[in-house]
Formats: sequence, C-alpha cells, structure tokens
Amino acid sequence: MDTIRRLFKQLAPPVDFCSLRLLDERSERTEVRQNVLQPLSTSFDRGAMITVIHRGGYGYAATSDLSAAGLKAAIAKAQGWAAASAGRAVVDYSSITLPRLQGQYASPQSGAPQPSRREIIDILLAESAACPLDARIVDWSASLWMVASEQLYLTADGAEIAQQFRYVTPALSVSANAGRDTQTRSFAGGGLCQQGDLALLRESGFIGCAPGVARETLALLEAPNCPTGRMDLLLLPSQMMLQIHESIGHPLELDRILGDERNFAGTSFVTLDMFGNYAYGSPLLNVSFDPTRPEQFASYAWDDDGSPAEKVFVIRDGILQRPLGGAISQARAGIGGAASARASNWNRPPLDRMSNLNIEPGESTLEAMIASVEHGVLMDANVSWSIDDSRNKFQFGCEYGRLIENGELAGVVRNPNYRGISATFWRSLRAVGNAASVAVMGTPYCGKAEPSQVIRVGHASPACLFSDVEVFGAEA
Amino acid sequence: MMQQWFYDLADEITARLKGDEQFTCWLGAESSDFVRFNHGLIRQSGHVQQRYLGLKLISGERQAQGDVTLSGVREEDSALIERLVNELRAQLPDLPDDPHLMLSAEVQSSERIVASALPATQDIVDEVLGSVAGHDFVGILASGPVYRGFANSWGQRNWHEVASFNLDWSLYHAADKAVKSSYAGFTWDGAVFRNKFAEACRQLAILQRPAVTIPPGPYRAFLTPAALSEIVGMLNWGGVSEKALRTKQSPLLRMRDEGLSLHPSMSLAENTAGGLAPSFQAEGFIKPPRVSLIEGGRLVDSMISPRTAREYSLATNGDESLASIEMAAGALPQADALAALDTGVWISNLWYLNYSDRVSCRLTGMTRFASFRVEHGEIVAPLNVMRFDESLYRMLGENLLALTQERELLIDSSSYGQRGTDSALLPGALIEDFRFVL
Repeated sequence: MDTIRRLFKQLAPPVDFCSLRLLDERSERTEVRQNVLQPLSTSFDRGAMITVIHRGGYGYAATSDLSAAGLKAAIAKAQGWAAASAGRAVVDYSSITLPRLQGQYASPQSGAPQPSRREIIDILLAESAACPLDARIVDWSASLWMVASEQLYLTADGAEIAQQFRYVTPALSVSANAGRDTQTRSFAGGGLCQQGDLALLRESGFIGCAPGVARETLALLEAPNCPTGRMDLLLLPSQMMLQIHESIGHPLELDRILGDERNFAGTSFVTLDMFGNYAYGSPLLNVSFDPTRPEQFASYAWDDDGSPAEKVFVIRDGILQRPLGGAISQARAGIGGAASARASNWNRPPLDRMSNLNIEPGESTLEAMIASVEHGVLMDANVSWSIDDSRNKFQFGCEYGRLIENGELAGVVRNPNYRGISATFWRSLRAVGNAASVAVMGTPYCGKAEPSQVIRVGHASPACLFSDVEVFGAEA
Repeated sequence: MMQQWFYDLADEITARLKGDEQFTCWLGAESSDFVRFNHGLIRQSGHVQQRYLGLKLISGERQAQGDVTLSGVREEDSALIERLVNELRAQLPDLPDDPHLMLSAEVQSSERIVASALPATQDIVDEVLGSVAGHDFVGILASGPVYRGFANSWGQRNWHEVASFNLDWSLYHAADKAVKSSYAGFTWDGAVFRNKFAEACRQLAILQRPAVTIPPGPYRAFLTPAALSEIVGMLNWGGVSEKALRTKQSPLLRMRDEGLSLHPSMSLAENTAGGLAPSFQAEGFIKPPRVSLIEGGRLVDSMISPRTAREYSLATNGDESLASIEMAAGALPQADALAALDTGVWISNLWYLNYSDRVSCRLTGMTRFASFRVEHGEIVAPLNVMRFDESLYRMLGENLLALTQERELLIDSSSYGQRGTDSALLPGALIEDFRFVL
C-alpha cells in the first residue's frame, strides 16, 4: 500500500480531479456436497482503478499492473477517456465537488487471523452428515465463504481513506424428492451473510442446523399446495429482504431514475418529483439506508467516491424522503441522496447502489401479528423473484409456507407464491414486527450496471404483515 | 503476445511442481474499452485490463484450486504464482481424496485467433454520437480483445483470442417505451449501425401511439428470437444439467422421468462448432462440436461436466450449461409472422424470468421494450408491460403454433466479471394461449 501511495503521488497528472481506488481481496470458499469435500477455492484478487475528471469529461482505467509503468499507462488511458468525453458527457463532471477526506475503518474482526481450514472443513462435514435423514433426501450441501478485503482510496489532492472488511457467508440447503415433486429448504433462507468471523456460525444457529432444515424439507414434500386467493400475508425476514431489495431498493437508485440503467437493469416508477411527498407505503413503513451497522454485510465508513457514510431515512412514516444516490448522481439530479456510490471490484466504476437497506422495527410481536390474521399465509425464504423493469409488477415465491387460520399457525404448505405492484403493495402493510423479530441478512449477489457488477448488500428487517395480497401455489 | 505470456507462465508452473504434483490452469483475460451512454451522451467511459488465472494443483486424487489476478509483468507474476502454488500445496495435506476428480488424460491442444480488425474505440464513439444526437439513446459499447487459455502439466495448450465489439443499446420514447437493438461483430461498419438506428427510429414512431393495457388472460403471441432467448436461456438454470436431473432438481425432470415432450418441431442443441465460445472448457476437455439435447420435442441428452461425469460414470460433454445455443428453424416466413399472429400480442423482448413452479417448468417474467397489441395482422398500439406465468410444456409444447424459417444469431453482451462469449441462434415463435397474469 505504501508503494502505491508513493507512486500515485508521483504520477498523478495536473487535471481537475484524479483518484486511485485500490482493492486487495483474499477469499476462500469451502463446500461439502453429499459428504464430499468439493475443491477448495482460494482467490487472491488485487488491482486498482484510476479515475480522471478534466474539462468536464470523465474517464477511468482499471489495471492489475500496479508497477510504475502500469499505473502510468492506466492514468494515460483514463486521461484519454476523460478527454474523449469532455463536452459530450451527461454532466460537466468538473463542476461536481467530490469529497477529499481522510480516515481509516476496520470492520469487526477484520484484522483477525484466518480461521483454521481444518476447523471449517470439520464443521461443514458434520452438518452435511446430519442432512440425509431418509432416502427421499436426494441432494444437500453445506458451505462457507470467507472474504478479507482491504481498500485504499486516494485523490491527487489529499483524500486518503483506508478500509478493511471481513465477510462471512455460511449456507446449507437440502433437497428431497417424492415422485415428480422436489422441495428444497435452506438455512436462513440462504440470506445469512454478515461482516465478522466464525462466531457467526454459532450465534446464527448454523452449527447444528442440518437436521432441522432436513425435517422441514421432508415436511414440505408431504404438505399440500399453497392455496390460491386474496388473503393476509405474513413475511418473515428472509423473504422481507428480497421484498425490500427489489421493490424499494432498486426503484430508489438515483441512477436508475436518471435513466442510466434503462438499457439493462431498467428504469424506475419513482420520479424526482415524488421525493418529500409520495406515500410509498402505509404510515408504518420506515426504511433506512444504514452503512454504519458494524456487523451488517454492506457496512463501511466511506463510499467509493469518498463520501462519509451515515444512516439516513429513505422512507419515513410511509412518505418517500430521498433516493439512493452518491455524490455524482446528487449533483446531476440536484437532490440529496446517500453515501451509496459503490463499485463491485477494482475493475468496475462506482455507481448508485444499496448498501444496507433496512426496515425499522415496529411494535408488533410476531405472535400478535399471527393472532390478528383470520385467513392468511406465512412465507419464509425466497426461492423465486421477478419484477418489471420499472420495479413495479412483481411476483415472488418462497421455500416454505404456513397457513394462518383464525389467529393461529396451521399446517405447512408448499410452493407459496404471491404477486403485486410495488406502488400499492407497501400501502397494504398493516403491521411491522418489533425488534425481537428482526434478522440481519443480505446477499453477495446484487446485479446491475453496464459493464455489469455483482455487489454485496445487507437487509435487516422485522417480520411484516400485509393485507389482501394475491397468493397462489403450484400447478396440481 | 498474450498467448506467449500465458504459455511461458504455464511452463513456469510446470517447473515449480514437486513429486507427483500435476496442474491444470485456466486464463480469463481481456483488454476492454467500455463506454456507457445515456440520453445520447456519454455517462461513463473507460478501459479495463485484467488477467485472471485459475490454477488446480493435483496430487494423486487430491486437488486444491485457487485464482489469482496477474499483472502481465513477468517478475511480479512469478511471485504471485509462487505464492499461489505454495498456498495450494499447503492445503493439500488437509484435503481428502476427491472421488469426483476427473482430468483430461488426452493432450488436445488447439488455437483460435481472430486478430483485431477493430478501429479505435473512440472512432466508434464518434460515429455513434454523431448518429444519435438529439435522441434518447442509452446503452453500452464494449470493444477489444477477449482471451481464454488452458494449460496443464501434461503439455496441453489451448488458446482462444477474439477481438470484437458489442454495442447493446435502446432508443427511448418516454418512460419504459423503447426499441431495443444491438450491433456486435469483429469489424465495425458505421453504415450497418446507421441502418439499425434508422430502423429503430421507424419503430419508435409506433411507440409514440397511446399505449394500451390488456386484462390478464391467455393471448395468442409472437415471440421474437430475442424474447424466445430469455425463455430458452432459463434451461441454463439447472434445466439441461445432468447433475440437476440426477438430483431431481431440473425443471425438465418430467421429460427425463415421465417421457413428457415438447412440440415435435422443437429441437435444441449445444452447437460449439457454430458458436463463439471457446471449444475447450476449464478442465481442459474439448467440447464436442455439437450436442443434441432435444430432438423432435424429446429430451435426448444433457450437459455433463467432468465432475458429474465422474460421479455418475458418464462421459463429459463440456459444462452443465449451454454456451452456444442452437434451436431448429420452423416453416413460418418471418415476413408472414404478423399475419399469422392475426390478433394477439407481439413480444419483442422478455425480461427477468424465473421459475414459479419448477416441477411444472412454469416460468414467470415480464414483457419489455417494444411489445405491441396486434389486431387482424396490424400493429395497433404499444403494450404496457405485462407479467406472464406459463409452463414451458405448454408454450413450446401443445400451444406452439409455428417457428420462423429465419433465425437470428444473438451475441451475449453480458459482462459480469468478464465479457461473455455465449451466443444463441434462434427462430421466432408463434404461441397460442400465452398466459398473462398481471
């Protein structure tokens, strides 16, 4: 890192703005499938992106050659693209003031030594061995993905930000078959990923989870289909995270609203005039962008344009407050946003992203929400997701359902699905679970942008109850 | 130059082996310009130079694998390789024998190089911006060479090097109403782009008519090759995977287990010989020129990776998914498609598909871009986006009315991590009772 600092200071050209963003990441994925250890996957990834803004133009160049010659070539490329786009860009980039801050951040356990590989293998082998409860279980796997990441952000005129992160993603899934039907159940709905260390495996209940997951898989095989009709819908956090992600997070990305994503990820039904007055949901809906929660998957202290992270409300008491837009998008739109300029790696430029997008807990206990339902379904763990390019008409499916009849949980149902329209769905929110019902979840796989990027996002949510939702199951 | 650098690297890895150690390695590299457009202007422009090496170190039946980002500077890369080899060597004692390890025993070297005939990317950008000025043009230009390489300690060397461009774009009227198009190839011809853009402008005129919303229900529908590619592409979500079929998770399971079939005109193949993807895969196996998967509507084969092949005592035929899709043409002339549709919906693009019921191979997804209400063979209005939820067994089975005589080669524009090399050669499809639900 010291060498890079020195080289960048020496080589930075006399332009309106020049930054270097270095990423050095080590990851290790361990997976046991059907009691067979799969090939370990160890990865060392390191590279840097140079960004140049000059005379209104914007250019970047990413390289894994971090020698003086490599950085010099990258700077020249970035300068070339800045010159080529000057006067022909969507905004006069030179008119935008980007932050020039200094600081350091380390996420929980980011400096700790790597855990023992043997210990990890043994944990996964033990969970795998506990999965095949009977012959109907046809496939199962347990895995752990650990990532240690170091990032350095420099500008030619003084910004210097160093951040360290440690990401942990455990997973376990079991598939069972009877006749033509196959059902799959996942630990934590496949949505457990946080910053930290192996302590997460104990705290989350991952260790020892296999028999319970396998039993629920077998229960699904014997369960009836989810009923069809309009009814109350109680979503647990492992489905809420997807509901937040697709129908609040993406439509509030400011670059989508500005049209950047229309050729690929899509546009948004949200328009700039809605901020400050649009009733996005019922008054119970409070949504925060919060990159400051240390254990959450997408926490950081500064975003990839150097803006300081802070918690802000994007929806308060149901009313839309602000978009998810970093410094550049805020300047383009003339509206406030959030420290949400993020890049997936050293070889992709920053753009507007969710980090942690959370629903604030309410006051209802899970028991009280169930007791308030005369006829409905509880759904857990996303398995199918689809939404239109304006992020409005959605259809989601879950791994696991439970009927709710006359205020009590009834039998398990398989293949539960529901559909709706974002613009009206959140207004049917009629109860928000309290802090005891909150789970801190996320996904490493949020896709967007051209060239495309997959990035980590976090979602903490309580269980939430919705009224009058179109629910359905599989074909008979 | 990149090829020699990679082969030198392979020789260096060979020299670092100890005892009975063997290795295989895979290179994914590119030197790409990316220019993003919005509102007919440049949003982000830049260059990415990347070299990712995947290495498997093998000792007996044990294997450890790792990836490293290389710099292209010999001394630096030697140090990175040494670090990775040592790391993998240190892992081996912790690992049991891998019962599903399968190595390519036969040395089959190969080389495919399409030398760059590309102009400077900035010249392409100049032409594009000159043509689209004043229009709401949005999209991405990716241009430059893409490299894939394989090497192992038995002496096999494979090289795939193609310099190409892919301009993937949309022309917007307003809100979500747009014409989607693309222009990809190995040599840039500004006239071709201008013609495509002019055609998009003509279609845009239709999109300016008031849009209609149709009630949910079954509709006669024509799917263009681009729309059909979204449906066929879902077979890569465990559909034609032998592992998914064996573990009862494939949405085509009923075709394997119960003999369920699609329409007799449905034939689907992995046509490596006719596609753009490398002819070798990450473990060094050479892909067959063509693997026929669906013939006369029946599932006749699957995609089998080396690990699955070893697990189930089969022969591998590549990977578990399709990279070079080819679907047989039908008898309907494209020029007659509107008339054959008569009254229904014309779907130019589909979007964001997922399985809503895997057992029934039921898919849900959205219409996108230029889709139209058609009455008596005439386009009457743009269609507001609609959600469909329909089984493949109906769409491409009992409800398939016709496939077009003409097929379109669709070139993958994906760029997650690296630029894609996949392609699909598909006809359009006329379908009865295509079910919209929202």
